[in-house]
This record gives sequence, structure tokens and C-alpha cells, in this order.
Amino acid sequence: MTENTAKNPTPPENLTPPVLSEPGKIQDHFDLFHTDPYQETFEFKRQFEGAHSKEEVARIAEWTKTWDYREKNFSREALTVNPAKACQPLGSLFVAAGFEGTLPYSHGSQGCVAYFRTHLTRNFKEPFQAVSSSMTEDAAVFGGLNNMVDGLANSYTLYKPKMIALCTTCMAEVIGDDLGAFIQTAKNKGSIPEDFPVPYAHTPSFVGSHITGYDNMLKGILECLTEGKKQETTNGKYNFNLGFDPYIGNIRELKRILQLFDLDYTVLSDNADAFDSPNTGEFKMYNGLTTLEDAADSINAEGTFFFQKYTTPKTQDYIEKEWGQETYNFRPFGIKGTDEFLTKLSELTGKPVPQELVDERGRAVDAMTDSQAWIHGKRIALYGDPDHVFGLVNFLLELGAEPVHIVVTNSNPDFEAELQAVLDASPYGQNSTIWGKKDLWHLRSLMFTEPVDLLIGNSYGKYLWRDTHTPIVRIGYPIFDRHHMHRYETLGYKGALNLHNWIVNTILDELDRQTIIPAKTDISFDLIR
Amino acid sequence: MTYVEENKKLIQEVLEAYPEKAAKKRSKHLNVHEESNSDCGVKSNKKSVPGVMTTRGCAYAGAKGVVWGPVKDMIHISHGPVGCGYYSWSGRRNYYIGTTGVDTFGTMQFTSDFQERDIVFGGDKKLAKLIDELEILFPLSQGTTIESECPIGLIGDDIEAVARQKAKETEKPVVPVRCEGFRGVSQSLGHHIANDTVRDWVLPKADEYRKLPEGFEPSPYDVNIIGDYNIGGDAWPSRMLLEAIGLRVISQFSGDGTFNETVMTPLAKLNLIHCYRSMNYICRHMEEKYGIGWLEYNFFGPTQIAKSLRKIAAQFDETIQENAEKVIAQYQADMDAVIAQYRPRLEGKTVMMMVGGLRPRHVIPAFEDLGMKVIGTGYEFGHGDDYKRTADYVKDGTIIYDDVSGHEFEEFAKQLNPDLIAAGIKEKYVFQKMALPFRQMHSWDYSGPYHGYHGFAVFARDMDLAINNPTWSLIENPWNK
Repeated sequence: MTENTAKNPTPPENLTPPVLSEPGKIQDHFDLFHTDPYQETFEFKRQFEGAHSKEEVARIAEWTKTWDYREKNFSREALTVNPAKACQPLGSLFVAAGFEGTLPYSHGSQGCVAYFRTHLTRNFKEPFQAVSSSMTEDAAVFGGLNNMVDGLANSYTLYKPKMIALCTTCMAEVIGDDLGAFIQTAKNKGSIPEDFPVPYAHTPSFVGSHITGYDNMLKGILECLTEGKKQETTNGKYNFNLGFDPYIGNIRELKRILQLFDLDYTVLSDNADAFDSPNTGEFKMYNGLTTLEDAADSINAEGTFFFQKYTTPKTQDYIEKEWGQETYNFRPFGIKGTDEFLTKLSELTGKPVPQELVDERGRAVDAMTDSQAWIHGKRIALYGDPDHVFGLVNFLLELGAEPVHIVVTNSNPDFEAELQAVLDASPYGQNSTIWGKKDLWHLRSLMFTEPVDLLIGNSYGKYLWRDTHTPIVRIGYPIFDRHHMHRYETLGYKGALNLHNWIVNTILDELDRQTIIPAKTDISFDLIR
Repeated sequence: MTYVEENKKLIQEVLEAYPEKAAKKRSKHLNVHEESNSDCGVKSNKKSVPGVMTTRGCAYAGAKGVVWGPVKDMIHISHGPVGCGYYSWSGRRNYYIGTTGVDTFGTMQFTSDFQERDIVFGGDKKLAKLIDELEILFPLSQGTTIESECPIGLIGDDIEAVARQKAKETEKPVVPVRCEGFRGVSQSLGHHIANDTVRDWVLPKADEYRKLPEGFEPSPYDVNIIGDYNIGGDAWPSRMLLEAIGLRVISQFSGDGTFNETVMTPLAKLNLIHCYRSMNYICRHMEEKYGIGWLEYNFFGPTQIAKSLRKIAAQFDETIQENAEKVIAQYQADMDAVIAQYRPRLEGKTVMMMVGGLRPRHVIPAFEDLGMKVIGTGYEFGHGDDYKRTADYVKDGTIIYDDVSGHEFEEFAKQLNPDLIAAGIKEKYVFQKMALPFRQMHSWDYSGPYHGYHGFAVFARDMDLAINNPTWSLIENPWNK
């Protein structure tokens, strides 16, 4: 089955190509490896690789695009390939970073924290500071108590946090470390003061995904900070939580909207500055904007708004049952979702929707009608977290686009039922399928067998772009290969305008790419579109 | 106070922020190099102190991310929960040629995505089934490695038994790698574990697995490139240089490498090792078992490239030695031109480094070729033999920091105020917020290659653009003065 096609390949003739192909011109990986000497080197190397023949590779590559392959691909039971989900502690660190002076602390093996910090840093191009218990083999046998006693003392003394938000890695979960008891022991041993807040959450990576970890840590933080803070009267405020939302522009946009309504609010986990801090020449370690005082007082609010229902089930349940507080679920993404949210704010405040927002709505809708011809009926594949996908689907349906393949690796039945009802109710949702618990290798088969016009996803989607030639709009987390996307808002009417802009201009860019060959396709290389 | 004394005082000040026990531990990992010293005078390869913000990773990162991951035509399974494979997916820039998903798999993530039931009932059956599914969907894969994540070693799974059974059934190598993240003190043990799996699971069957190139005749000039991971394409200019002096590279392990190249390695006459830290184990084994010698080389910057080419050529005959001289001479003018262009812009600039395997020492001469001075350096996961080698590279008064913590690195930088910091992604934006120019030295900050003559030109350009870019001058606002 395997053979070498390169018959007695000879070494490249020119093994010392000049460094400077012309004076001052330096070639890096983008150019260098496409030059002949390197191409010949690759060909020469091939004989040692034991490679399959190029014909065989091409044959299998074609087969992966077929219905036959799709059926085999969808018969998988044990294997996951290119999943669109991370593990719990990532979400825990993400939510913890939004609180004042808070140091995220991961109890377990140390490599996990290196990964979380790297991942968040690559998306936001911001420092992300977190510590670990650095547990090793002895801790696997005897438990991680000593690591936590030392770890809390060291991080408290060295980094002077106001709160340490503690979550676990799967190592600590498998060996069954008792967090509450360990923290108390650390306090008894003087690692940290008795009244120092150390909220904690069990965040095993073999349960749920990063959004589960977000929920667990948020609940842990609120439980810890609000203990004994319940007053007899409310504080007149509303709490707002955005969930695992990587668009820090959304927090700023939400606050602007609330200020326009003159509504008193607390954002529960305001990590806008944690992931987008100004460069002043001084490194500031803590940039969480939700003060511990406000977070503690959140128990006395009139109610709490959530924008990611399926990210926050435990926190919502806790707030309803333990705080006796009303919770509201809205999705202020796209036009109608924002309409509903603003209508609620208007109802709560007794004020009309501010003219500024009404005008913004008009502008967003104006833009959508201006471009509708280019988006109408376009077939879309998209993937991401449940709530993220929900907001996008709502918006696509408003635009007259058809969300055909909807892949949600960290799906759940309630989400699927709710989204299915939305799709069923729209003429543009009739060709849609929600692919719960599937991954991006499944999506590859879907896109080959039932092609679409556009893919919406995170940076990992670029491999699907390469393989299927479907243009990608990068919306989601992580986005590693484009800069500054996270600074924009996707929420509210302004956010709808951004989403719309990214979608329509990707379609137009793609049309240009398809019509750029002179005397061949450039008939339609139009100046005006 | 002398420079050495000043820096010693700085270390004492930096340690004052720690609780006593941690200060005592960390003090052994920090030192000021004095030229009389033969090993930098720091302890290394010890457990990180909990809670201090180490930059280190884990054994899984070392085994899957570093050593096995770049073997492009095998499928590397992140065995356990979903996170480890997700975070390390496509993160390293170890370039390769191939049709991804068909005959190569480098930028994909394969995981058994453990759920609670797998923890409770064990994951061996799932793993066996998973390998069957790989065979159906990826028939051109040349084998599988199983990188176990933390839970595997804690729940008592027998991945070795699964590997043996599946290797038999599929007639392809299946390599179990026991690289649970809690093993050892850093990614370094993961390198070692991965090397050991090459020794125990691959090389004993090398003759059986090997597909020789058509008409292959052994040659006295056959060499392996070991421990070049082809970051940004580094291994390719290195390979070309070796072939330009008349050697034949029959294997790259593991950057842009294949399984067949792995089993080609015993046929070579010499192992040329780039990253000593991560691959010395297999080189020592091959020396013992096959009598293949090994030689470390450094292809960063023209001074070291010339030195290394001569050192390598000296292992062979006069033809190779003459070729080496020719190649060195041939690139002289190009190197002079690159240095003439960039040295005036970089002369006297100071650098603090903190990287992994070999770069904290090997890159120093490349900076010096550009007139720059390294005033601090250290390893994330170095051992005593690395620091011994480092002593040959560093100057009097250089601050040496082993497994540096966030606190230490920031304080050293504040006090020493270098013109450039060269470390990793987790450090990058900390220092950029301090208005300190920064280059990532693991990923080449998305640039590269940096190896060989072609690489040095890119390196020189990148150091210049990092330090001399005008955006740094905008950070201070006009009202704050």
C-alpha cells in the first residue's frame, strides 16, 4: 500500500542559496520555503519519509469529502477530533479575573495553569496572571494539602491580592482533595488571614466544559462574598452577567446602555479591563472592575440579568433559591434580542428607551437593509458554545441567512430544544440541523457533503476554510490569528452592526477573490457592489 | 560596589518579598555569574514553589507538545479530558509538509475526551475503540502515540496493554507515553519519558518497521538531525547547511519528521543534536546500543554557525572539512551585509532572556554578533548540565535565574531596565505594558526561521524591529511629564 514515488531523487543542486536575494531583502518563512532550493530539499527529504505515493494521498483526500466518509465519521463513538470546547478551569480563571484584586489559583498540576494563561493571553494579547499549587507525584499519593498551605501563603504574600479564587485541575479532583478543609487548614496555619476571601469551585475537566467552570467559579465567588450580607431591603440595583463572552466591548456597551437608562447596576465579573488594559508604561497586575463590596452587595439587588442561560444554570439556581432573587434571561444580540432587552429595561425603569438607542437601532437596521441582497439565502455553517451560537442564529435569521450546520460540542438537550423551536418558527431555519456533541471534524464532512457559502467560527475554523474553501468570518473564542477582534462589541445595536459588517464584507471579499483572474473571472470584478 | 555585587544585592532585595521558607528555596535558584564559576551556581530541576507563578508546564507538554507532537504522519492522542489537547492544539509552530488530515496530522487535536464514567470505569476500552476508529478514518496514518494526561495514571489504566494489542491488530506502531502532568517537576521529565518510549517501543522494532528508500546505500556521511523541532521552519535551513557540506541527513527527529525517519536513525553515523535538554537521552542510548556518536551544535548567528560547521566537519574527512570552509566563506559577504545593516541600530543594547531547552545559552552569541549584550538569562526547566554549558556562554555579572517566578522576572527587569526581553507568550504582555520591547523566543513571535544563515538575517531584522519600532515612544502621554 505504501511506496515511494520519488525514484532515486538526487540532492538539490543549489544548497547554498544567498541570504539576501537582493540587497536588503530578507526572506522569512512566508517566502523562503517557496524558493526552489527549499522546494527541492523537501522533495529530496521525501525519500526518507516512508511517505505514501502522492496519488494515494490524493485518492484518500478525495474520499474524505464523500458521503461514505461522512457516514463513517459520524459513526465515531470513542474518538474526538478537533473539538470546539475547552475544560472547566479556563472558564473559572476567566470569570475570576473580573473581580477586584483577584488572583486566580488553580489547585493541582502546574502545567494546566501554563496552558490557561497561554490560551487567554493569545486571544486577548494581554497578560494573564494566575498561580498553581504545583502538585507533583508525592501530592498524588498524599494529597495536595501542603501544596495549598504553601501556595496560598506564597501567592498572598508575594502578589498581595484582595481575593484568591481557587479552582481545581482534574488531578486534584481524581485524588479527591477537600478544598474547604484545606483552605481552613491554610488559614489555621497562618498562610492567609482568617477573614481573607478564598472562594472555591470544583472544576473537574472530565465534566462539562469551560462554560461549566465559569458557572461553578461564579457561584463559588458569589457564595463566598455574599455570606451574611443579606439585608432586609434591596439596594435598588440590578446585577448583570455576560457569561463566557470574549468580547470585552460587550461589557462596555452594556454599561453605556445602562447608564443611558440611568439604571444602577453591578456587572458580575467585569473583566473588560482585565482583558483590555491601557498601556501606561506600568504593569498593573489586577484589573478586575467588579469591586468585592459591590459583589457582596449583589445579594441585595432587585434582580440579576443573565445573557448566557446555558453557561450559568447553577449560579441562576443558587440566586433564585438562596438569595430569593429574580433572574432574567435575555440575549441582546441582533435587533430583536436587543429590542426585548431594552423593552425590559424600559419597563423596570419606567423610562422610555433613550432616543440615542432608538437612533442606533435605526442605523443598524438601515445597514442591514442596505446589504440584505448579499446575505439573503446564504447558507451558513457555524459552531461555538450554546449561548454564543444562539445569539448568532437569531441574528442570521433576522438577516435572511440560513444557518444550515450548527455544531455545538458542549451542547445539552434543553439548549437544543429551545434553539430548534426558534429554527422551526423561521422560514430561514427550515434547512438547519443542530449537531450537538459533534466536533469540527464532523463539521468538515458536513461542509464537504452539503456545502455552505460561509463559515462562522473561531480561529480553528481556518483549517476548514483551507480544506473546503469556504470563507470564514471569525466570531468566537479563541481568535488567535486576527488582532483586536475582542475589543469590539457584538452586543446591542452597535454590536449587531459589527456582526453585520464582518459578515457582509467577508462575503464581498470572497467575491473579489473569486473574480480576480484577468481575462478569466474578472468580468464580475465589480467596482460597485 | 562592583557590577557583580550590585546584582547580588538586587537578588537579595527581590527575595525579601517572599515568606521565609519560599525565600530560602528560591535563593538557591538565583545567582550572579562570575567567570571563575564553572556552572552558573544555581540549583535546577527542582520542584517549583507553589503559588509563585512559575512559567513551567508539565510532562504531557514535554512529551506530546515537544518530542512526539512534531512527528507528522503519526496520530498523537491526548488521552484523558479535553483540555490538555485543546490548549496545545497548533500552538507550537512546528512546521511540516503534508496534507493535514490525510497523510499528516500535526495541526489537529485527537482526544479521548474523558467523561466522568471513564474516570469511574476506566478508559482502556474507549482507547481501544478509539484506535479502531482512527484506522477507519485516517488509513494513511503511520502509527499512533498515546499521551496520557493526569487522570490516567491515577485511575490505574493499562494503556501499555491496549498499545500492544492494537499494534498487533493494526500492524502499525502504537506507542504508550506515560506523561501524566503530575510526573516530575516540569516538561523536562516528559521529554525524558518520550525519549524512553522511542528506546523501548520503537527502536527495538526499527528493522521491521523501516522502509528504505529505493536503491538506498549506506554512506559514511549519513547523519540525523535530533532535537530540532522546526519552529518556524528552523530545521530546513539547518538541513540544507549540513547537506551543503556533503553530509546526508537521513532523519529529522522530530521537527517535520516521520515515523520512518524515526526508525531510519540507527543507520546514521552521527547524531547531530540541537536541543540537548530534550533529546540527549535517546542520543546516549543510541551511542550505547548502536555505537552512534553524538555532537551538539549551535546554528544561531554566523559566529556559532561557523564554529559548529567546523566542529561537525572535523568528525568527517577532508572533503567535508573543505566543503565547510567553502560554505562559511560563501556566506561571509551576506553575513557582513546583514550585520552592517543591523548592528549600528542594535550596538550595546541589553537583553534579558528566559526560555526553555537550549536557547537561554545558544542564542547569546547571535545577539553578540549584532553587538548586543545579554545581562540576564535562565531556563524554565534546565538541569545542572545545562547551567554548566551556559557558563561557557555568559559574561561576568550576568544574572542567572532558574525557573524564574513572575515576581522575580518583573523586579529584575524593573531594576536592570533592559532594551529587550526575550521569553514566552505568558511574559510578553507583562513587559510590553512596562514599555519594554519583547520577542517571544519559543515561537519566534510568529516569525522565523532563526537557524542557519537564512535564519540569522530574519533574527537580526526581528530584533531591530522589536527594539526600534516607534510605538514604544508613544506610551508616555504628553500630560504626565
